[in-house]
Amino acid sequence: MKTGFWKRSGAAVAVLLLGALFVILGVYRGEAETVWRKAVLICMECIGIG
Amino acid sequence: MGKKHDYRLWCQAAFTALSNGYWKGFGEGKIWTGNSKHVCVPGLNCYSCPGALGSCPIGSLQAVLGSRKFQISLYVFGLLMMFGALAGRFVCGWLCPFGLVQDLLHKIPFPKKLKKLPGDRVLRWLKYGILLVLVILLPMFAVDFTGQGQPWFCKYVCPSGTLFGGIPLTSADAALAAAAGWLFRWKLAVLIGVALLSVVVWRPFCRYLCPLGAIYAPFNRFALLRFRLDREKCVRCGACRRACKMDLPVMDRPNSPECVRCGACRRACPTGALRTTLEKEKKKDDG
Repeated sequence: MKTGFWKRSGAAVAVLLLGALFVILGVYRGEAETVWRKAVLICMECIGIG
Repeated sequence: MGKKHDYRLWCQAAFTALSNGYWKGFGEGKIWTGNSKHVCVPGLNCYSCPGALGSCPIGSLQAVLGSRKFQISLYVFGLLMMFGALAGRFVCGWLCPFGLVQDLLHKIPFPKKLKKLPGDRVLRWLKYGILLVLVILLPMFAVDFTGQGQPWFCKYVCPSGTLFGGIPLTSADAALAAAAGWLFRWKLAVLIGVALLSVVVWRPFCRYLCPLGAIYAPFNRFALLRFRLDREKCVRCGACRRACKMDLPVMDRPNSPECVRCGACRRACPTGALRTTLEKEKKKDDG
């Protein structure tokens, strides 16, 4: 049970770090800017207009 | 109300208020345009909600996948991986504004509340199909002549966008109200359908339709915040299953992908066999 606990927690930490790496790469590629540009204009599709 | 465990409801309400703190927007029919919208919030929270201070992860995912510039979204997937690895579907149970709406609706008395809908086991797979088709494949591949895709899930399904974005904005802005046509009526019908179902069944949208829940689901097994079942303490009385509003076999799968971590099973356990990874094991003479 203890081994399973550490294996799972280790997997979570590995995914967490991989996620952080993806975020950094994504910001570097300009994705955060794309998200922001979409988010600061009213999204007509989201509100059901077009 | 007034029960000890209503702190979950307060947490949901506080997080909803915090992530939608641009109050002025509701009065003026405008949305927040600050830098905080570079970042996605963990729950389903439409970025066209007048109060929204952050971005919706599902909307953002479709926006990046559907853009001409990118074929994959490292940024949004990375954020979702981080939220998932930390807490899995705890996000659904504790931090999602639309989860709060469904919880409140389920408090409305109804003569025959159901534990699940007929065909529940099959219907639960629907959210994975929605994630794959409406959130990933169609925005990526069904593009116009400029190479731009559409946010299919937001456009045709998302009841959260209608409730938190569509209704407040069309109420405050006459031009938007005038532009609302069949699509708005369709999305309103989806919202009403989900709202009515929420009175009868607990969290129908989370169970059957939510693509964000589908993303977080696999993380439940190994997220840092998860359940641990002490099989020596468990007397298999079934109290956890009876308490589970998702009707899950908690004794056999305490970290089921369908669990939204509401904690009802943990509270119902008479022997304290279920605990989270954040709690230390109680000594036998602790009571």
